[in-house]
Amino acid sequence: MITVHRTIAALAASAIVLASCGSDGNDAATADTVAADVVDADGPITLVTYESFPTEETPINDQLAAFTAETGIEVEILVAGDTGTMLSKAELTAGNPEGDVMWGIDNSFLTRAISSEIFEPYTADGLDAIDDQFTALVPNGEATPVDFGDVCINYDIGALEGLGIEPPASLDDLTDPTYADLLVVQNPATSSPGLAFLIATIDEYGADGWQDYWSSLVDNGVSVTDGWTDAYYGEFTYAGGDRPLVVSYGSSPPFEVLFGEGLTEAPTGVVESTCFRQVEFAGVLAGTDQPEAARQLIDFMISEPFQAEVPLNLFVFPSNTDVELDQAFQDFAVIPDSSRSVEPDVVDANREEWIDEWTDLVIG
Amino acid sequence: MALIGAPTIGLLLFYVWPFVNLIVEAVDIESTRETLGRERTRSIIWFTTWQAVASTLSTLVVGLAPAWVIARFEFTGRRFLSSLLTAVFVLPTVVMGAAFLALLPDSLDRTVWGVIGAHVVFNLAVVVRTVGAVWEHLPTDMEAAASTLGASPFVVFKEITLPLIRPALTAAAAIVFLFTFTSFGVIRVLGAPGTRTIEVEVWRRATQLGQVDQAAVLALLQLGVLAAVAVWSSVAARRHSRALELRPLSRPQRPRTKAERRAIPLIAGVTAVVAVAPLAALVISSVSSPTGWTLSGWTGLDSAEIRPGINVGVDPVAALTNSVQTAAWATAFATIIGGLASLGIAAAGRAGRVLDAGLMLPVGTSAVTVGFGMLITFDRSPFDWRATWWIVPVGHALVAVPFVVRTTLSVLRSVDNDLSAAAATLGASPTRAWREVVVPHLWRPLAVGSALAAAISLGEFGATSFLSRSGGETLPIAIEQLLGRTGSLLQTKGYALSVVLAAVTIALVMVVDRTGDVAGARRREGNDGRR
Repeated sequence: MITVHRTIAALAASAIVLASCGSDGNDAATADTVAADVVDADGPITLVTYESFPTEETPINDQLAAFTAETGIEVEILVAGDTGTMLSKAELTAGNPEGDVMWGIDNSFLTRAISSEIFEPYTADGLDAIDDQFTALVPNGEATPVDFGDVCINYDIGALEGLGIEPPASLDDLTDPTYADLLVVQNPATSSPGLAFLIATIDEYGADGWQDYWSSLVDNGVSVTDGWTDAYYGEFTYAGGDRPLVVSYGSSPPFEVLFGEGLTEAPTGVVESTCFRQVEFAGVLAGTDQPEAARQLIDFMISEPFQAEVPLNLFVFPSNTDVELDQAFQDFAVIPDSSRSVEPDVVDANREEWIDEWTDLVIG
Repeated sequence: MALIGAPTIGLLLFYVWPFVNLIVEAVDIESTRETLGRERTRSIIWFTTWQAVASTLSTLVVGLAPAWVIARFEFTGRRFLSSLLTAVFVLPTVVMGAAFLALLPDSLDRTVWGVIGAHVVFNLAVVVRTVGAVWEHLPTDMEAAASTLGASPFVVFKEITLPLIRPALTAAAAIVFLFTFTSFGVIRVLGAPGTRTIEVEVWRRATQLGQVDQAAVLALLQLGVLAAVAVWSSVAARRHSRALELRPLSRPQRPRTKAERRAIPLIAGVTAVVAVAPLAALVISSVSSPTGWTLSGWTGLDSAEIRPGINVGVDPVAALTNSVQTAAWATAFATIIGGLASLGIAAAGRAGRVLDAGLMLPVGTSAVTVGFGMLITFDRSPFDWRATWWIVPVGHALVAVPFVVRTTLSVLRSVDNDLSAAAATLGASPTRAWREVVVPHLWRPLAVGSALAAAISLGEFGATSFLSRSGGETLPIAIEQLLGRTGSLLQTKGYALSVVLAAVTIALVMVVDRTGDVAGARRREGNDGRR
């Protein structure tokens, strides 16, 4: 048995270590279990992203492997929920981030991300190739535009035919009893397409009219999920769910053609008048231990080889104008002539209020 | 000095400072006005209150019968029933939510009735133990006298028994109210998205909407209510307490009358079913799919894919590993700090009492508040500890230390002082006397305290919701995430993880219950011997 003195000394010592444990150095041995958090200048860098970003086995992951082969920088993907959740986490960890680079803050959340200083400003190499209308949104390198797309109502052509009803043609139609219990949307508090769709309805019905519209949607049995993945893969009929109308992307139909074997026509369609233009951004997370490697990854992610994989893996269009789109995209993707967009300032001034009001109205 | 010093520093650093910081930094007039001015805030306060009152009253009503049966009668399985209820009480909140999600028909899922039901089953043990402890010591002669004078059983209960157990009932009510008022895990899993207690709203504002200031206002508001209830309960306890000649434990009796022989097995049986049914439903759901029986929830635990390459961002197996490691560290911290604190409290006079009360505070305030305060306090160099491996275990330890202290202190105080004096007389140095007399008694309560701390850490959800980082999810976090999904396979995995967590917790509690009883019996023997 250990003597009392030594026991007390050991206990007190551990307590003091516990109370004053500030440096990571001595704890490295025990900290390997949380590798992502360990300060290690030469280790892999962590790409924090939303959950619809594939973590393995797709061409986009192959591209990241190519980046590693080229630069010696390994990239680990950390899924941090949906865009809203991911941004909130980034705000709460600002200065001591969960990773080094973040992918996927969209234009409706961008101003919030900038004002809470989660990104370290960086003007990427190769920015010239990016569409001017996107770089204009971030004139001082606050973030880097990486893709764009349109958030629109998608419908399952076969399922609607089975029900014997025509696809909806407008936002108004969605409140028609014909489409009762057929629509699934995302929670705008947690999901970026969800917020985009809410903004589309505000654009359509105005600051004082959208509430009535959403009340009608609720009466018509709209379903709400926290994120896009859950809505599309969980509830959309084409992916095995039971609702043939879903808030998704204008580029979803070509995706289904490419991955549905032997399809020559898109099995899903897009209601063009409902589309809202969404631009997504990546950035170096402020407080990263490896800013140089992080910047290199940003450069790479807007380069042609990586951007070329964006459409087929993320359902969106490349921001790099040099990339040539796959034939299926040219044939089946929808880039509406006049997608809705709302001034970032207006969104920024009202976002939280809209979300609060929406929450009270729709999910109580 | 180290005995008192280390726990005090830990408490000041990891609880008091974050807490003060939360109030000073985050709360201002503007955010207070905005938060309280919102109609939804008022409806959340109203909901939080009425569901807590409803849950408390229901628990009292439902819990009286089993409390009576267990306190007064001897029957087969009596101890088991009591242990079972305790085990259910210590179950992690998300597991309880999951169990009710599994148990209830779809029409009741995600409704407030499901939530209240879960609260009732959860807290039955509080009533059974708190009220039962008084009930089993109540002298039966007054009741017998009333009966002889012609009072019906109902009148006997109302006029004699109820006034006597009323202080215990009040105490139980206060505890159940505090638990259900701050309900978080159950609501996150079982409630609809719009079903929000203040606690859930604090979490949502801070982590989902990024409105730290408004979340802090709500946290403070909740704390005000908790403090008021605590004060009310102690005042009420004093007012209603009356001098009672509590008999030394008269052994519970076998049921005698015909009515008793019929009622006792019925009440005991129904209670057991109520406690076991949610757990059974949990197991069944972990091997069910819409198309039939399946083990895929268990065999596929190494991933949480929605479709190839796309996953929900929680890895069930990693969560299991994280939880075990976190619990190991939290238990070590809690045992060391709690052990030191107990020795210090037992040795020191007033300073000890202050520390004792101080260490209880993290349990009294909500876990969400603890995690929230730590997250927004330790975010600046040189105190930027958000990414350290030990921040989650420390958060858990804060909640667990009081349990280590309670178990250890009660034993320390019962150690016979005469023995130490005798040792000193025989020439032992103070340390030697302490080592030979006190230390041998310490191991058992410390072991019990450690087991409790481990159980608490494994199930901790509120503080972890703030402190854990992406990739570092613990079991309760993973369970909540998986069960919140629409895919049936993901839900099955959530149920499977819940079964694992429930099994480990119940095993720990059963061990504690046995050991605790043994220790208690020893103490009683000792007391009797001296008398």
